[in-house]
Amino acid sequence: MKDGAKVEDKATHQVREDDPRDRVASPPAPTPEKIEEKKKGAAAQRIVDPDYLMIDAPREREFITGSEAAKEAIRRANVDIAIAYPITPQSETMQQVGYLYAEGYIKDYYRAEEEIGVMGAIAGASRAGVRALTATAGPGLVRGIEQIASWPGGRLPSVLLVMCRVVNCPLAIQPDNVEISYLLNCGGIVLHGENQQDFYDYSVAAFMIGEKPEVTLPVAVAVDGFFVTHARGWVNMPAEDLKLPPRDCYHESVPMMDNENPPIRISRDAPIQKSNFISYQMHASWQQEVFAAQERAKKWINRWLGGIIEVVNPKAKTMIVASGAAVSQSREAVRQAEELGLDVGLIKIKSIRPFPAQELIEATDHAERIIVPEFNYVGWLAKEVKSTIGRNERVIAGPRVFGGMSMPTELIMETIVGSKIT
Amino acid sequence: MSLETIKPSPGFHNYLPKEYQDLIEDGPFHQKRKVSELGSFKEAIEEHPMCAGCAMTLFIRLVYLGLPSLEHSVIVGTAGCGRLAITQGAVPFIYGNYGDTNCVASGLKRGLDIRFKDTPKDVIVMAGDGGLADIGFHAVMHSWFRKEKFTTIMLDNEVYGNTGGQESGMTQKGMVLKMAPNGKKFEKMDMLGLAKTSGVAYTARISPTNPTKVVNTIRKAVLIAREVGPTYIQAYTSCNIEYAIPTPKVMDDAREVEKDRYGYLEYFSDEAKEYWDKSEADRKKARKAQVK
Repeated sequence: MKDGAKVEDKATHQVREDDPRDRVASPPAPTPEKIEEKKKGAAAQRIVDPDYLMIDAPREREFITGSEAAKEAIRRANVDIAIAYPITPQSETMQQVGYLYAEGYIKDYYRAEEEIGVMGAIAGASRAGVRALTATAGPGLVRGIEQIASWPGGRLPSVLLVMCRVVNCPLAIQPDNVEISYLLNCGGIVLHGENQQDFYDYSVAAFMIGEKPEVTLPVAVAVDGFFVTHARGWVNMPAEDLKLPPRDCYHESVPMMDNENPPIRISRDAPIQKSNFISYQMHASWQQEVFAAQERAKKWINRWLGGIIEVVNPKAKTMIVASGAAVSQSREAVRQAEELGLDVGLIKIKSIRPFPAQELIEATDHAERIIVPEFNYVGWLAKEVKSTIGRNERVIAGPRVFGGMSMPTELIMETIVGSKIT
Repeated sequence: MSLETIKPSPGFHNYLPKEYQDLIEDGPFHQKRKVSELGSFKEAIEEHPMCAGCAMTLFIRLVYLGLPSLEHSVIVGTAGCGRLAITQGAVPFIYGNYGDTNCVASGLKRGLDIRFKDTPKDVIVMAGDGGLADIGFHAVMHSWFRKEKFTTIMLDNEVYGNTGGQESGMTQKGMVLKMAPNGKKFEKMDMLGLAKTSGVAYTARISPTNPTKVVNTIRKAVLIAREVGPTYIQAYTSCNIEYAIPTPKVMDDAREVEKDRYGYLEYFSDEAKEYWDKSEADRKKARKAQVK
């Protein structure tokens, strides 16, 4: 293709000039001169109120990949330390974050040995009171999950970006979001973004939600790999000279391990792990508190994600319930159904943990059928929905695609009409 | 942390346990205590649930004495006997997941360095042979390769004591232990050699037979880690239960093993040697000036 040729953008159907960057898989590394120039940008950033950055600040639209959207979120998130380890389809994001470090937007950054090393170091950094970030995908998440499952109990606010891909054998790098089911019972907050815009917005919000004193929990922001990370979409973002306030570690629910605190952690209590009734009680109440803290995060999720759920056609008798990239497919199905004169609605679930139980019960109460399309074999979202709402025989657990398949809208339409569409 | 931080408001002082009051009034913070003073002041660790006669406990007690800045130290550990004592110490302790000590310490040290530019915060990993040479091996090695600035102390009892006496990588070849019903098939891992190969700034092998030597070695390792790079101490801390050493004979065993195969060894990298010689000379000069 010649430079300057006209191409049609597949997402928006707009005709625009060909951008040579579209033809490379990964943006080239910035030159040293470019990095020097960018350092000025980092130095010129100013701290603004989180509400301003996330809600009120004027925004400009850019056509970027999900990985780039995540990078732009991190640029504005005042991150202290980012720890990277490559895995497809995440690598692009953490290497972009590496450039942010080189440019002075992040204070420390390194490539760790593997995911146990990454997730352990994130725990250490978070305990030191700094704002810590990492990202992973599929097998990397499962490898690191012993650590990830211990973050909430440690009350460690940190942010984990998850670019979902196949986990199981046979090994594959294809999109599939089964890994979210492994995260559900870890105790941390789990947000699931639909597109590039969500990836930007949820990633910025994640830091602020997790660091709220009444929450003090890690936040995972998951998106469907490739569909979101490697495809471009329009993302509205505030100016890049704005950033979040730094982490205020002395206003969280547990003290830091920095020896600058009153001595709650130099008490001489026996370790909780010892087997006695006090330890059972402590462990039990600690777990209850972690999951209660998730619920307390709802207020902030509602505020900064514009509601924990989004409802389209709220009165429709057939409701689709979806999260992640399946929402986009479902939006198209709703549109096509409308063309056929069918009354179909959509509930987008933005947060999987905390799960919007009451909101979902209310939004589906009138529905006769509830369709749950998913990008995984196990149907974890359908199980969540079934165990939440009453009269759950209304739930149609599907359609589902997995192992890298895309989800043609026809699949959802066939479920809606109840027969093959020819 | 200053002594001020742990001091309660005046009205509350009398309501705190005597233990706590003693820590403030006659504790180890912000003053240099000597081995000869042991027993005459409130130590960072006193009560513990370790087995009677445990050499590891003595060693841990000496570690607390050797830390050059107790009030700015954080200890990181993992599952094993040692943490039963370390959790009782008056120093913040992170009891992480299995074998993650050196990953956690890497993030912790870097995080503290971001926040505290002028106050050195010392991070010390103290865990067993299983925790460091087996399950935490990769993390230990990579923290060394990356030149992370903290000290790793191995409490080497040559067995999984806490889980009831299984073979570890640091067990000697031929030992019959649980999970080694026919005797261990391979040699004790050469962690000291690996430390040297991977660029550790200061390495020491020690037995708990000479308290002053232990204290000085700990201090040296922590100070070198602060300025130069990773340091590693491997200490023989026998398990008198699993190795059936009669309680009154624990120190005899330590002396025998020291003589036989665990003698004092030190290794400095060139950079560490240069730093240490200079700082020792400076200290001597300062002391002389003080005397005058």
